[in-house]
Amino acid sequence: MTKTDATPVLELTGIGKEFGAIRALHDVDMQVWPGEVVGLMGDNGAGKSTLVKIIAGNFRPSHGEMRFAGSAVHFNRPVDARAVGIEVVYQDLALADNLTAAANVFLGRELKRRFGPIALLDHKAMASRALELFGELRSETRPDDLVRQMSGGQRQAVAIARTRLSNARLVMMDEPTAAISVRQVEQVLGLIHRLKEQGVAVMLISHRMPDVFAVCDRVVVMRRGEKRADKSIHQTSPEEVTALITGAKEAA
Amino acid sequence: MAMPLESPISFTNVGKIRWWQRGIFASQTGYVLLALAVLLVIMHFASPYFFTQGNMQNVAKNFSFIAIATLGVTFVIITGGIDLSVGSMMCFSAMITSMVMTELSAPGSPLVHMAADGKTVLANVPGLILLISILAGLGVALIAGLVNGFCIAVLGLSPFVTTLGMLSIVRGLGYVVSNGRGSFPGGPDADYFYALTSGDVLGVPAPFIYLVILALTMAVVLHHTSFGRHVFALGGNEKAAELTGIPVVRVKIEVYVICALAAGLQGIIISGWLGSAPANMAMSYELNVIAAAVIGGANLAGGIGGPLGAIVGCVLLEVIRNGLVLAQVSSYWQQTLVGVIIILAVLVDRVRSRMT
Repeated sequence: MTKTDATPVLELTGIGKEFGAIRALHDVDMQVWPGEVVGLMGDNGAGKSTLVKIIAGNFRPSHGEMRFAGSAVHFNRPVDARAVGIEVVYQDLALADNLTAAANVFLGRELKRRFGPIALLDHKAMASRALELFGELRSETRPDDLVRQMSGGQRQAVAIARTRLSNARLVMMDEPTAAISVRQVEQVLGLIHRLKEQGVAVMLISHRMPDVFAVCDRVVVMRRGEKRADKSIHQTSPEEVTALITGAKEAA
Repeated sequence: MAMPLESPISFTNVGKIRWWQRGIFASQTGYVLLALAVLLVIMHFASPYFFTQGNMQNVAKNFSFIAIATLGVTFVIITGGIDLSVGSMMCFSAMITSMVMTELSAPGSPLVHMAADGKTVLANVPGLILLISILAGLGVALIAGLVNGFCIAVLGLSPFVTTLGMLSIVRGLGYVVSNGRGSFPGGPDADYFYALTSGDVLGVPAPFIYLVILALTMAVVLHHTSFGRHVFALGGNEKAAELTGIPVVRVKIEVYVICALAAGLQGIIISGWLGSAPANMAMSYELNVIAAAVIGGANLAGGIGGPLGAIVGCVLLEVIRNGLVLAQVSSYWQQTLVGVIIILAVLVDRVRSRMT
């Protein structure tokens, strides 16, 4: 990598996790730099989701150390991870589809105006900020439309706009392209590029090889709870990654 | 880090949703409101008595008797829950209110001090006994609501089972405290009590005034506060609500408390109109209340509902009841018709959402 100027956004050293007698993760070292898109690949049960959940604060690691922007962090709850600037875009997007796009973006951190003792929602400010965020993501999404009436790509934009609201420095996306159409996949990959342009580090968890090779700078392959490869995308190929995932090739 | 827009977004691929396809026009509430208007016109031609002042007052009063509780249960339904204990809660709150009122007014009761003039000390302050007894009635509702909310939000029991249990517990307690006989408002403040509950202001029934105030408050709370937003989010996608950091447990407990308080207030008002709180009061009212909410457009799956729908549902039920009486149809048909309307209202909404 050419990034020598900055500290990594996220640095994992020797991360391990056991659930009773089951070793889900073993000795994972990993670094993610600002403005970098890292693909995290692996078969089911390879330890991807455990790793993501540790970074997102759902689980505490049994071993190892996690540093965020240079300082050691310990998350007890997902809220702690969000507080330092780690956002997760969940596979099911975690949107309330009976609410508008703007309402979803601001869910749990609504903008309010005080009238004496009561605080009322500031609909106008939320709608215009949401429109700004959709503009940044170049998504044709109207803040006042209900999420129920939106396409898969627009929903992704809403979920990603939510991470932009807090100026997250690391966004983890869990299978963002799994259940949407080809055209919408293009849109989502575009959204990832937008995040990258703005210096946000993105971790893309995906099964779809073409998507990973389209947007990622680096790919990390997990197998049986261990990191088997961590290569620049230009130094590897879909064939090699497939071999690493299936175990046809042990490590690279 | 915000990047300047190179060009404002153009919505070339995304059409604008027309005004008639959004908000109330695209909701079940809108359709039922239309049906209600049609029904009112039909009633006007069917019976010359329908639009008389007396009958209108009667209708307004009658639907107000379940509408306040319907507002409360609508909160719960929007979160995707259900509260079956509203009928029992109405009875128990009313009973406690009139018992406390009688007890505090009775000379010789061990709980109160006598003043020099032979009345109790509390009775010498006008309205104080009334205030205390109404607070006592609402207090028991608050406790029942907290228990419901705790069991559902913290212990994770199903709302249906929890509130079914509470229905029985509260009704049973009503029989226990009154020995099965019910109770009557009494003492010097009883006249205030009747004036506040079954009186009227310039011909407008008092319960109707309370209903309008509460419904407007509810509209503001639901659509213009973050609590209201969280109530809708909880009904739309509970997991998402939790992941975005909404205090799910607190919001759930709050809606069950609101529902119980609304039911308690409703019961107290009904007892003023009846002049007593019999032990079998408001028996199975929970079904009317939930039916009214559902007809008005509240979705039992959660995420949809509002005060206008709650009131429209109650008015529709009452107009049908009233209309059948005026049209001299046997009142036994009423319940059958209500059932048909519940199913029809939901069916029309289903057909509409398939079409768009």
